[in-house]
Amino acid sequence: MSTAGLIAPEPRIGQRIRWAIGDSITLTRRSLLVWLRVPAFIVFTVVQPVMFVLLFRYVFGGAIHVGIPGGYVDYLMPGIIGQTAAFASIGTAIALAQELQRGVIDRFRSMPMTRSAVLAGRLTADAARMLVTILVILGVGYLVGFRFRNGAVPAVGMVLLSVTFGLTVCCVSAFIGLAIKDEESVQAFGLIWLFPLTFVSSAFVPIASMPGWLQTFANNQPVTLVINAMRALALGGPISPYLWKSLVWLAGILVVFGPLAVRAYKRAS
Amino acid sequence: MTHLVDEGRFVDMPEGTSAPAILVEGLRKSFGPVHALRGVDFTVPSGTVLGLLGPNGAGKTTVVRILTTLLEPDGGRAVIEGHDVVHAPAAVRRNIGLAGQATAIQPELTGRENLEIVGRLHHLSWPQSRQRAVDLLERFDIADAADRPAKTYSGGMQRRLDLAASLIGHPAVLFLDEPTTGLDPRSRLGMWDVIRELVSGGTTLLLTTQYLDEADELADQIVVIDHGLVIAAGSAEQLKDRVGGDLVEFTVPDRTRLADALAAVSGLSEGDPHVDQDAGRVTISVGVGGSEALVDAVRRLDGAGVATVGMSLRRPSLDDVFLALTGHGAEDESRGRGGRRRGRRRRGAERRADTT
Ligand SMILES: Nc1ncnc2c1ncn2[C@@H]1O[C@H](COP(=O)(O)OP(=O)(O)OP(=O)(O)O)[C@@H](O)[C@H]1O
Ligand SMILES: [Mg+2]
Repeated sequence: MSTAGLIAPEPRIGQRIRWAIGDSITLTRRSLLVWLRVPAFIVFTVVQPVMFVLLFRYVFGGAIHVGIPGGYVDYLMPGIIGQTAAFASIGTAIALAQELQRGVIDRFRSMPMTRSAVLAGRLTADAARMLVTILVILGVGYLVGFRFRNGAVPAVGMVLLSVTFGLTVCCVSAFIGLAIKDEESVQAFGLIWLFPLTFVSSAFVPIASMPGWLQTFANNQPVTLVINAMRALALGGPISPYLWKSLVWLAGILVVFGPLAVRAYKRAS
Repeated sequence: MTHLVDEGRFVDMPEGTSAPAILVEGLRKSFGPVHALRGVDFTVPSGTVLGLLGPNGAGKTTVVRILTTLLEPDGGRAVIEGHDVVHAPAAVRRNIGLAGQATAIQPELTGRENLEIVGRLHHLSWPQSRQRAVDLLERFDIADAADRPAKTYSGGMQRRLDLAASLIGHPAVLFLDEPTTGLDPRSRLGMWDVIRELVSGGTTLLLTTQYLDEADELADQIVVIDHGLVIAAGSAEQLKDRVGGDLVEFTVPDRTRLADALAAVSGLSEGDPHVDQDAGRVTISVGVGGSEALVDAVRRLDGAGVATVGMSLRRPSLDDVFLALTGHGAEDESRGRGGRRRGRRRRGAERRADTT
């Protein structure tokens, strides 16, 4: 019998954990490298959100009356950050569908690496990407008049909440990308479900301005709750009712879609 | 002797034989109503090359995916270097390399980056990964393009890069799924050289292909599958012997004379002549008749007043083997000439029953 099988014995648990972390870091780095190499990705993740800020601030903003001290720009920024974090998840779906189609995931899964690192690395890179985008938007927001009005710690809390929210949406997106598999279909359908959720919410306009039947939906769906919590963190006002409800929603979504994504990844062919 | 494999399972080996690098027994796999594999068996001794040959949809990729732990079989078993693919997939992965049907490289990253990342995922240190990448880039003749994004590479270079990536872990058993599909003839020859060099280093190789000349060129043993079943196995020479000796081949440019031509040579042929109606090409099996049979054929056709072109005597190619075994050519499948092919396949199936 060939001795090749004996050269690499089953590693111990400590070693396996170290490899899992190392593999995730390697794949995070890989995703970020690809991101930096493709100008279109950068436009999509940075330029487009900045454009949204400017459009809403100067084009729609004048017509929307929100009745808060800082005016529309203060109202807008948490909403646009939430929307951007959610929309960034399309990148997760597209990248996974692409890697699946190209056989990259097959190669990884046939190697002695930690299998879960593919998803872990992807999500870590997406979180980093999201953070960069959010900071850029905040910078632009400051230039056009936005201010945090509730102190530094809640401000950091707002950024963390938006990244957590974005990552949760990424899990849903990962599932969608791995389930649909076809890159073009993912491009077409990967965002559609997010449009009603982000626009029929408190992200851009006060819910009170919507027709009654829409208000019921808008008031109770997770994007509104998350954005209200972010707004309270940024501007002041009651935080905890919104924060708890959003965290419960996010945990619920993770519990459902996390395992679904992992299962889709394991079965993906 | 008995080998202990992972999870306390044993594989019995007859005394005096060394364990095969790949052992496949009764492998079955269905995708819903599609029976992709219907009981496939073969073994690959260490250090040899197996060519897995079959038309589109035969089940080649499905075999490779099961052996590389990407897919679980519905039935049967597969053992790589003593490790069962279902019960000890982690151990299998430490012994194999895979270059799949799609080139699994990241086009935005450079060739060097692609290899270094795979090295890191094999748990090599950074300096080791770098060195391994340099060595492989050199060996596969991509050193000059090492720092260009892989999407700027030619098809042949991308294939070589993909192959290089599959070798980073020094695999004992390598799987190449259609390594030369889509390459121009020169790149194909280059790829063959690379593969031959690899094999001379003692790597066990399973190679799938639709090209019969490729299997002929590279493989020690050939397994032909069609519709999820092994329809023939053996060396290229053994398979060719199955066709039954030499072939005389000629083309009748005037299609209306085809029937006359067939009538003229029918006495020469062992078994039915094979006719390609579209091309007007006739192939007859002449056993050990040799050049006498050729002269005889010329004389008879001349006597019947049928003009022919491209008259030749040749040894059977694997194409002929495929035709004899399946009733259709290796590359027919995708053209999908339904009725005629189905009828012929039935005959192929009968012949299969005789030969096995
Ligand atoms: N994931 C899948 N879902 C459904 N059917 C599948 C799947 N994978 C393969 N098949 C089917 O199984 C059969 C065998 O496919 P396989 O890919 O193994 O063929 P192949 O010999 O590799 O063909 P090719 O030369 O085209 O690569 C085909 O009929 C194919 O359509
Ligand atoms: Mg295939």
